[in-house]
Amino acid sequence: MTESSGARSATSTGARSATSTGARSAHETHDYDVVVVGAGGSGLRAAIAAHEAGARTAILTKSLLGKAHTVMAEGGIAAAMGNVWPEDNWQVHFRDTMRGGKMLNNWRMAQIHAQEAPDRVWELEEWGALFDRTKEGKISQRDFGGHRYARLAHVGDRTGLEMIRTLQQRAVDLGIDVYMECTVTRLLKSGDRIAGTFGYWRETGSFIQLNAPAVILATGGIGKSFKVTSNSWEYTGDGHALALEAGGSLINMEFVQFHPTGMVWPLSVRGLLITESVRGEGGVLRNSDGKRFMFDYISDYFKAETADTEEEADRWYDDHINNRRPPELLPRDEVARAINSEIKAGRGSPHGGVYLDIATRRSAADIHKRLPSMYHQFKELADVDITKEPMEVAPTAHYVMGGVEVDADTQAATVPGLYAVGEASGGMHGSNRLGGNSLSDLIVFGKRAGEHAAEYAAKQSTRPTASSAAVEDAIAAALKPFESNGGENAYAVQHELQDVMFDLIGIIRTGEEMQRALTEIEKFKGRAARVTVDGGRAYNPGWHVALDINSMLTVSEAVARAALERKESRGGHTRDDYPMTDPEWGKVNLIVTQTDGRIAIERKPLPQMPNDLMSLFEEPAK
Amino acid sequence: MSRDLQMRVWRGDATGGGFVDYTVPVEEGEVVLDAVHRLQATQAGDLAVRWNCKAGKCGSCSAEINGLPRLMCMTRLSSFDPGETITITPMRTFPVIRDLVTDVSFNFEKAREVPAFAPATDNAGGKFRMAQIDVERSQEFRKCIECFLCQNTCHVIRDHDENKPAFAGPRFFIRYAELDMHPLDTQDRQKMTQEDEGLGLCNITKCCTDVCPEHIKITDNAIIPMKERVVDRKYDPVLFLGSKIGLRRDSGRTVVGPAVKRGGPSPIKHPATTVEGDASDAEVD
Repeated sequence: MTESSGARSATSTGARSATSTGARSAHETHDYDVVVVGAGGSGLRAAIAAHEAGARTAILTKSLLGKAHTVMAEGGIAAAMGNVWPEDNWQVHFRDTMRGGKMLNNWRMAQIHAQEAPDRVWELEEWGALFDRTKEGKISQRDFGGHRYARLAHVGDRTGLEMIRTLQQRAVDLGIDVYMECTVTRLLKSGDRIAGTFGYWRETGSFIQLNAPAVILATGGIGKSFKVTSNSWEYTGDGHALALEAGGSLINMEFVQFHPTGMVWPLSVRGLLITESVRGEGGVLRNSDGKRFMFDYISDYFKAETADTEEEADRWYDDHINNRRPPELLPRDEVARAINSEIKAGRGSPHGGVYLDIATRRSAADIHKRLPSMYHQFKELADVDITKEPMEVAPTAHYVMGGVEVDADTQAATVPGLYAVGEASGGMHGSNRLGGNSLSDLIVFGKRAGEHAAEYAAKQSTRPTASSAAVEDAIAAALKPFESNGGENAYAVQHELQDVMFDLIGIIRTGEEMQRALTEIEKFKGRAARVTVDGGRAYNPGWHVALDINSMLTVSEAVARAALERKESRGGHTRDDYPMTDPEWGKVNLIVTQTDGRIAIERKPLPQMPNDLMSLFEEPAK
Repeated sequence: MSRDLQMRVWRGDATGGGFVDYTVPVEEGEVVLDAVHRLQATQAGDLAVRWNCKAGKCGSCSAEINGLPRLMCMTRLSSFDPGETITITPMRTFPVIRDLVTDVSFNFEKAREVPAFAPATDNAGGKFRMAQIDVERSQEFRKCIECFLCQNTCHVIRDHDENKPAFAGPRFFIRYAELDMHPLDTQDRQKMTQEDEGLGLCNITKCCTDVCPEHIKITDNAIIPMKERVVDRKYDPVLFLGSKIGLRRDSGRTVVGPAVKRGGPSPIKHPATTVEGDASDAEVD
């Protein structure tokens, strides 16, 4: 066990339950060096790193420890360890990542990610993770969309659970302070600097203030703004909204990943994720005519490296060197658009999807071994035996490429003391993320964010302190839904917003529809201000939703405005009115900021990739 | 397709509560959690329920449905008779916070007592070599989603709060078994599992296995093998003598005790204040 050189937080952090004078209610305050908001893979990894660097560290999470959305990650962790294909290395991984993101990725982040992912995976193993093995006893690696070689370290199809449990057990072993079921509603500042977090305990509804010079946002994504999504209730874009409100900026918000394969039936589970591993393990997509349609959707961009016959595609699973990859394993944006087109052309399944077939491709025993969660999920929720029948699938809102704009090496946002990591940060994945690159992103940049936040905190000669006026304001905002008698139902506003976002800013977009969405969002803002909450403050989900809506509206507007601005199609942003990819747009990122509640968009040139990395793209693609 | 479902939901908090009857429209293919969500959105905005993934992967929405410990997200309405009233109560083994939400911090405290995985230090940086067949035994236990239904149903603590300090429960017995069966661990937790974590209190009724949504064979594959090893070491005269005269060391592992002492300050934090005058105003009968 690593003992930190700094004071251990459990004992040294005085629970100085201060009372803000004149406040409506007393609330507890605690002092830390680094506060991590979110306890998924990136938050836990950041907290471990900050603690090991000697910082007094706290983790705040909206849920219980170990329940964060990371548990839903199924396929694996991309890392060029070369265990299955010795030809693999960080340069190939870097190149795949950049091409998957249609070259809009922050090159430095993509480089760091590809270089450091193997060490972070091995570290998980040293902390107790038990990955599936190769015949030589090394960590097994599986194929995934957009990755040239089998690269994903995995545990069956429950890799995210393995990651979060390993990190959770590590954090508990280190004795890091954990505040479970706490929601942060404000970032506190002192002048320009971050001064801590303000929020509430879900259990009691009482307020809690953590004073800290450094705050790491590890709050995940925004998928809950969309009706059909693979994301849980937590994904309300809190970190994105908190950063904007605190003066930070967001990048790449127009890019939302629709995972090609979500469940469509029963309605109750619509959007629930079906892992890309089904295709990595040999599964294929068919339309209602039984046709393996992906061969009709190979874009010029990936033509050279994609098989154009079923025979070549099927040979590839055993021989990656002499065959090109099956089109089912194109990056997610390409596959999602193809499925969408087949459904729109009337070649869909009875419940509005297409068929994903593993039953005729692999033995029942193989399916049980390699895809146990998928078997279980379909058997129990849909009465479908995937070893005998095909699955019905359609795209589902899955991941936001956009996030807090951060420095590539340190994950520092533009606000001093603020850091962001994982899905809450932006830049790493460009316009489209490759499967498997999320879990690796979490641990590579989690470690960096924790270390740099700890270093920043140690360097501050004075502790920043939030003004009591700012705290009073945060209290008033949090209690507002109890005092309003506008009569709006928080759940209704939330559901209607989800409909609007999915229907008007979904997988295929037009300028006219996005304008309409923005008009609707303005109306929702008015209704959100009139939400009235029943009951008291103790564990009251109606109140929690009433507060979450504000973040959801902020990120929804950010997505809509950025998407309206980018007049081209690229990655997770497809416009019917601008269907082509435009090289000029390939040179700019869109940056979202907020002043006095108003969102603004500016264009910023992409950072210039150095020549030695550029040369990696010159070899002929295969 | 839509029909009306009769539901009885326990509403209340630590000071008391009771059942409230609701009628909720439901659709084909829905699960109990869908009905609870609709209830929240349309009739009981402040109904407290814990949930996350709604896919059986996070283990948040544990409750007792018609008396059986289940995940609400994995219990399909079609598994009940159409006219049947569905009764939902919070897990009984843990203190109620509000409505269907319980305080499960017992489990997070037990987790702190587990001495962490400790591999040999000269084995780092991708040098681990383990055969698939050797990791599979532990992998079964790492499927655990920590829904704590096994803890909830275990009769050693279900109606016996007094046993809680000395009993880690099935969830943690599979954790100890997992580490015990890890090919590269260097620590021996068998003695502490028996003496500090209460393995001996389990009398193998398999209730935990019955309720596990991940179908982990908790009793057969974790608890019984651990009990057998403990008994072997203690009572097998050959093993006993061998260990005494230094001819035999059981595992080459270092014997360890609990990672933390019980009752000390915990890094798992709880609210320091409550909100005055705040009480549930749900009508109960």
